[in-house]
Amino acid sequence: MKTRILPAHLITNAVSDLIYKTSFSLPYAVGKRIEEMADNEDTELAKTALRVLVENNSLAAEEGIPLCQDCGIVIVFLEIGQQVVIDGSIAEAVNGGVEEAYRKYHLRKSVVADPLKRNNTGTNAPAIIHVEPAAGDRVSVTVYLKGGGSENMSSLKMFRPTDRDSDIIDYIEKTVVKAGSNPCPPLFLGVGIGGTADTAMLNAKKAVLRGPGTRHPDPEYADLEARIEERLNGTGVGPLGFGGRSTVGGVFIREAPTHIAMLPVALNLNCHSLRYGRVEL
Amino acid sequence: MMSEWRTVTTPLTDGLIETLKAGDRLLLTGTVFAARDRAHERLCAMAARDETLPIDPAGQIIYYMGPSPAPPGRVIGAAGPTTSSRMDPFSEAVLKMGVRGMIGKGKRDHATRELLAWYRAVYFATFGGAGAYLAKRISDATCVTFEDLGAEAIYLLRVERFPLVVINDINGGDLYEDALQNRR
Repeated sequence: MKTRILPAHLITNAVSDLIYKTSFSLPYAVGKRIEEMADNEDTELAKTALRVLVENNSLAAEEGIPLCQDCGIVIVFLEIGQQVVIDGSIAEAVNGGVEEAYRKYHLRKSVVADPLKRNNTGTNAPAIIHVEPAAGDRVSVTVYLKGGGSENMSSLKMFRPTDRDSDIIDYIEKTVVKAGSNPCPPLFLGVGIGGTADTAMLNAKKAVLRGPGTRHPDPEYADLEARIEERLNGTGVGPLGFGGRSTVGGVFIREAPTHIAMLPVALNLNCHSLRYGRVEL
Repeated sequence: MMSEWRTVTTPLTDGLIETLKAGDRLLLTGTVFAARDRAHERLCAMAARDETLPIDPAGQIIYYMGPSPAPPGRVIGAAGPTTSSRMDPFSEAVLKMGVRGMIGKGKRDHATRELLAWYRAVYFATFGGAGAYLAKRISDATCVTFEDLGAEAIYLLRVERFPLVVINDINGGDLYEDALQNRR
């Protein structure tokens, strides 16, 4: 097997660039989805709220002010081709990119070194890093910024294997209504179904990165996504909880094989500013 | 913005507070204090020990916000609201200090809603996640105390036509509840 050597500093540069891009400008599909939702609202406040978000996106880019003061904790997914040898420490490379970007672009440092002692690291590092093996000789780097307001609304429920789709939809509705304005709706909702508790939550994170305007390739799951969306958009929560039709901008399911006794369902509520980017090295 | 948005200035007077109803929209010009979790914790601990407070919150508005660092040439970085419910445990203490308004996002707990009516104070939301947009409506920002807390310090902000939506008025009105009642 032919191997390819990838210097670790290329990962540092990729992480820093991706953080910069997504901190000051929404991915195209996200911005477009917010505009579509604004056109679909008919109350003044719901429409205004969504138009403010559209304007926020252009202002951030033009004026060099981050989209949100919560510049997030950085989640990095690395898919490393098995023919690639990375020359250097992966964790140091990623965290170096985080430190550089948060310093250079005046982003808020929100990471504390210890959950109970709560001392700010001052650099926004360390990132949450997920490494997975892949085929080939490339490395895919995905950066996903997650804010505290929406992450605090995360939820996990272990269902009975005999529970029905409708039970899952009821649980999702209850969670989103209870979260209300806190996670900054319209949400991009990631739903992890199956696996174990931890994989369900990880899949809920990965699911939203499929991006607005996409549907699950399996028609059964695609239909479930549509039904969840319809239910949530009928709750009345609306943009920023002010009331209206747009409670979610998209629902994204990612499933995994599970145990005969288990049916975990994990929810990743992402705010309207779904900030992510990907590059292949 | 449209005409339904009323222009008001600080301080909030009794006369104004009495007319405000859940769902009303205001454009606020004047000064507000920015403070979040740790500043509340510290301020309220000082009040509990009867110490002299480093700021006088009487008659003022508190904005639950921790900005991103000011880029060169700007007074502040992104400056949108944080989740208000984390400040619910401090509601009674700050209202006792004389605070008349709070700005944030998200529902308040039952106790806070009752306290707002009792102390005749109003809870407002502004546009969550519109950090750049809201930064443009802040013309001055001065760190007034607890500087060691960085983004969590207390700042005095000068705001210009800063958008507010009344969530909880003094008569028990709640815009978030109303939104759910009007479900389609």
